[in-house]
Amino acid sequence: MPESQSIVHKAATKRGRKRQSLLPILQDIYEHKHVIDEEDMVEVARELDISAAHVYGTATFYSFLETRQSGQFIIRLCKTITCMMHGKNLILQELERILKIKPGQTTPDGLFTLKEANCLGQCHKGPAMLVNDTPHTELTPEKIRDIIDGYRREALKL
Amino acid sequence: MTKTLKRLDLIFKNEGDSEAILEKTLSRNNEDIISDLIASGLKGRGGAGFPTGLKWRLTGEVEADQKYVICNADEGEPGTFKDREILSSVPHKVLTGMAVCGRIIGATKGFIYLRNEYKFLVPKLRTALDDFHLIMDKLNLDFRVDIFMGSGAYICGEESALFESMEGKRGEPRNKPPYPTNYGYNGKPTVINNVETLAHTYSIFKYGAEKFRDLGVKDSRGSKVFSVSGDTPIPGIYELEFGMTLQRFVDDFGDGDAKAVQVGGAAGFCVPRKRFEKTIIGYQGKLTGVSLPTGGSMMIFNSSRSMYNVLHNYLEFFVEESCGQCTPCRVGTQQLLMGVEAVKRGDKSSDYLNKLLELSEIMRQTAKCGLGQSVANSFSSIVENFKEEMIY
Repeated sequence: MPESQSIVHKAATKRGRKRQSLLPILQDIYEHKHVIDEEDMVEVARELDISAAHVYGTATFYSFLETRQSGQFIIRLCKTITCMMHGKNLILQELERILKIKPGQTTPDGLFTLKEANCLGQCHKGPAMLVNDTPHTELTPEKIRDIIDGYRREALKL
Repeated sequence: MTKTLKRLDLIFKNEGDSEAILEKTLSRNNEDIISDLIASGLKGRGGAGFPTGLKWRLTGEVEADQKYVICNADEGEPGTFKDREILSSVPHKVLTGMAVCGRIIGATKGFIYLRNEYKFLVPKLRTALDDFHLIMDKLNLDFRVDIFMGSGAYICGEESALFESMEGKRGEPRNKPPYPTNYGYNGKPTVINNVETLAHTYSIFKYGAEKFRDLGVKDSRGSKVFSVSGDTPIPGIYELEFGMTLQRFVDDFGDGDAKAVQVGGAAGFCVPRKRFEKTIIGYQGKLTGVSLPTGGSMMIFNSSRSMYNVLHNYLEFFVEESCGQCTPCRVGTQQLLMGVEAVKRGDKSSDYLNKLLELSEIMRQTAKCGLGQSVANSFSSIVENFKEEMIY
């Protein structure tokens, strides 16, 4: 069984083969591969015995399910009003400078994807961002350098 | 400046007595508990303000082989972060509310629909759930709660979109009626309550309806958890009484230079300084426009802020978060955004703003769900009160 097929199969077995399991299954696949590609969608449709178009419809609706390959760490910088007021643009510039990518892009080493996101629910501690599931708040350009450095070390298992 | 608003400490007070409260509450009959909830005046804290006791009663009255209790933790409204704090510090209160609701309506299954942005809460919540399920076993109650993770969609905070999402579909709102009381998750009768609402039921079980009713003002009873952000020296989460004027709020929380407060998030209303004194925070007068209902988002803007930038930010938000199902919202949000940009650039005359106001009114009347309908709230209240900032 090819790798992606086995990931889908495992997720479907764990979550149950019913339509109500579709979102958890897609979340599982994304967590493993950092992408849900069309091959995965067809495979999910086969496992759940539903149309691949329905799987595609669901997979492309949600902003935390990526249908393009994303990096090991996906950075979601909040761009909603209070984070904006508290200097989100400075943080974005610093991220772009360090990572040498623009929002929507992934670093060539496959480590970081940079995205802007809508309200993360950390408005009292803006600017804020999520790196995968971990929130980082009250950001400053200096803090950003340390945070990114920390994730780089984690990836290299330093 | 004197601090005048009374800060309350009901919801975050943790006395570790949830098992005793649950046992005490369950020893009473369903009708008594519901009467208490209705007498307390508790209304939904997500912003819509439906009476909680009535919701439970209506769902209880429907015959069905399966019913559900869902805790709506898809807190996506810009400027709101109170539910995160409630779930993180007093999850057992929310779960106790769900268990009592389950017994009353006859449901054995509950869910917490948690937004993906709050996934970091899951380990803590799982521990709380394990403890909770032990209590359920001990009290011989057949009720289980699971966490269902959202995947990043503001619209899924709308209850029917949330059900669709749980059913594995795109988060597109349904037509109403039928309401969730009759046709919710999987087409079964479902009680869906905001995190804070459920936590308040715990206070009512514990202290009684009277004590809760003593707080607040007519039609807006009890305390409310507010998320305060923006131009304030003390951003954070505060439990306050309903019924305060915006002026008193700004006196306590503003930086002395507040020119506007956005009440209720991007979907809420922008109140300019001249109306602070006349605006009351609460549910009543929803139709008169004198007082404002709110999910608790309070964003303060001082006079250094461009209200055009604020509106532009909200409109970008709505364009991205519109589910795209109905035309008034999908096209309307984009036209409003392009419209204000065109006026700002000078490509359109200032009269064009009146056209856009008309469009937002049409959206209020014709959009399928609350998202599209409420774009007009912030749009008209910002454009009408800060017209010069939109043009120059």
